[in-house]
Amino acid sequence: MKMKSPLATAVAMAVGLVVLFGYFFPLPVFTGLRTLLLQWALILAGTALFVGMVNLSQYHWAQIRNRRKPLGSLVVMISLWLTFALALYASPASAPIQWLFNAIIVPTSVALLGLLAFTLAYAAVRLPRRRPGLMAVLFLGTAVLIMLGAVALPGMGMLPFIGDTLRPWLAQVPAAAGARGILLGVALGTVATGLRILLGSDRPYGE
Amino acid sequence: MISLSSGILSIVGLAFVVLFGLLMVVLPVIKRPRPGRDLRPLRALTRLRHALSLTVEAGTRFHISLGRGEITHPRTASAFVGLSAAHRLVEATAISDRPAIITAGTGPLGILARSTLHSAYATGAQTNRYRPAYGRVTGLTPFAYAAGAMLAARDDAAAANFLSGSFGAEVALMADGMAGEDTLTVGGTDSVAAQAVLYAAADEPLIGEEVFASGAYLNAGALHGTSLLTQDIFRWLLILAIVGGAIVKMLGVLP
Repeated sequence: MKMKSPLATAVAMAVGLVVLFGYFFPLPVFTGLRTLLLQWALILAGTALFVGMVNLSQYHWAQIRNRRKPLGSLVVMISLWLTFALALYASPASAPIQWLFNAIIVPTSVALLGLLAFTLAYAAVRLPRRRPGLMAVLFLGTAVLIMLGAVALPGMGMLPFIGDTLRPWLAQVPAAAGARGILLGVALGTVATGLRILLGSDRPYGE
Repeated sequence: MISLSSGILSIVGLAFVVLFGLLMVVLPVIKRPRPGRDLRPLRALTRLRHALSLTVEAGTRFHISLGRGEITHPRTASAFVGLSAAHRLVEATAISDRPAIITAGTGPLGILARSTLHSAYATGAQTNRYRPAYGRVTGLTPFAYAAGAMLAARDDAAAANFLSGSFGAEVALMADGMAGEDTLTVGGTDSVAAQAVLYAAADEPLIGEEVFASGAYLNAGALHGTSLLTQDIFRWLLILAIVGGAIVKMLGVLP
């Protein structure tokens, strides 16, 4: 692939190498540079958050102009910029912003979490039909056992053996072993991705 | 002041990374890669490739979801893989009537999504067809992003959804909301909990490091295949080290 912006690639590779060496060798020359570069990255990420807000607004503005579900987009636009203006005026830690967070964002998220429980239960029940096989049955069976072991049933309390022996064993032995195996694979994948970016093969910042 | 043990650990860590990088560069010289032919079959990615050809032929839309990874956190790696795959998917669908869209849940990923889109259109010499609206930030909190990405996929009638990035349990809502009679949802992430959720909710889940293999299966770049092979070599080395360590410990050689 033709490299159209060698300067950007060279800067990305150099910055990546400095941060990598700073991580492995905490010598003042590396750590100072590493800290500075990470601070810049944080400032850029903050600016990018604002760009993200503009991007979100552009999309919803287009939706309003094209009359494609304009009401929802209007609500998003007004609440987004009203909250932003209020946070600028009264500071993010102020009482009105805290109220907005506690009275709107938290209940909405909790409601969606409740919906998530039903969605997951429904998906788990559909799983053996959608992807028939031993693994689907095992998945569903394990999920049922974990749930039975986690809650006290009305009139019965905690189920003996399932609650105090089987559930902890499932969580601490097979599940933990599997999760560690998965995490090792993810770590290797992360190293490979980082190295591809360091070597200039992957350029998420463009060509 | 660096202590001796942490110094040794640092050298071992750096040696690991350098060896990994060297193998990635040297392996294609030793064994010429044959794109798409040296890979073991992965049902999810095979279906993704099939969906790509279908979307181009049938003029349906592809949706790539990058999740909510922060660029200063290692958990963004799966989103970077998603961006590599997105480059390939966008390039392939650039001439289509319904080009691919990318959704992101953080500002930096939104910028990178647009940059990738622009670059993919430029690679296919289709810059005039590029529209910034194809790359969107759909929400800045986990559930807001999930709701926005679901709506984007629905409104734009996406026939195939590829979820690759940092997600939480909310990914189940996304997979469920994107599900339809003729739609395909392939999803992978680096979070173990979200992977379990995707196993139940997505049509084709990518488990463990499979999400990092998408670039190789979609021919996203020269190093994707060899980095996959290097991952396999190191995985076997790690397995040998773990099993060997367990045996040595059982024999009482190690304290």
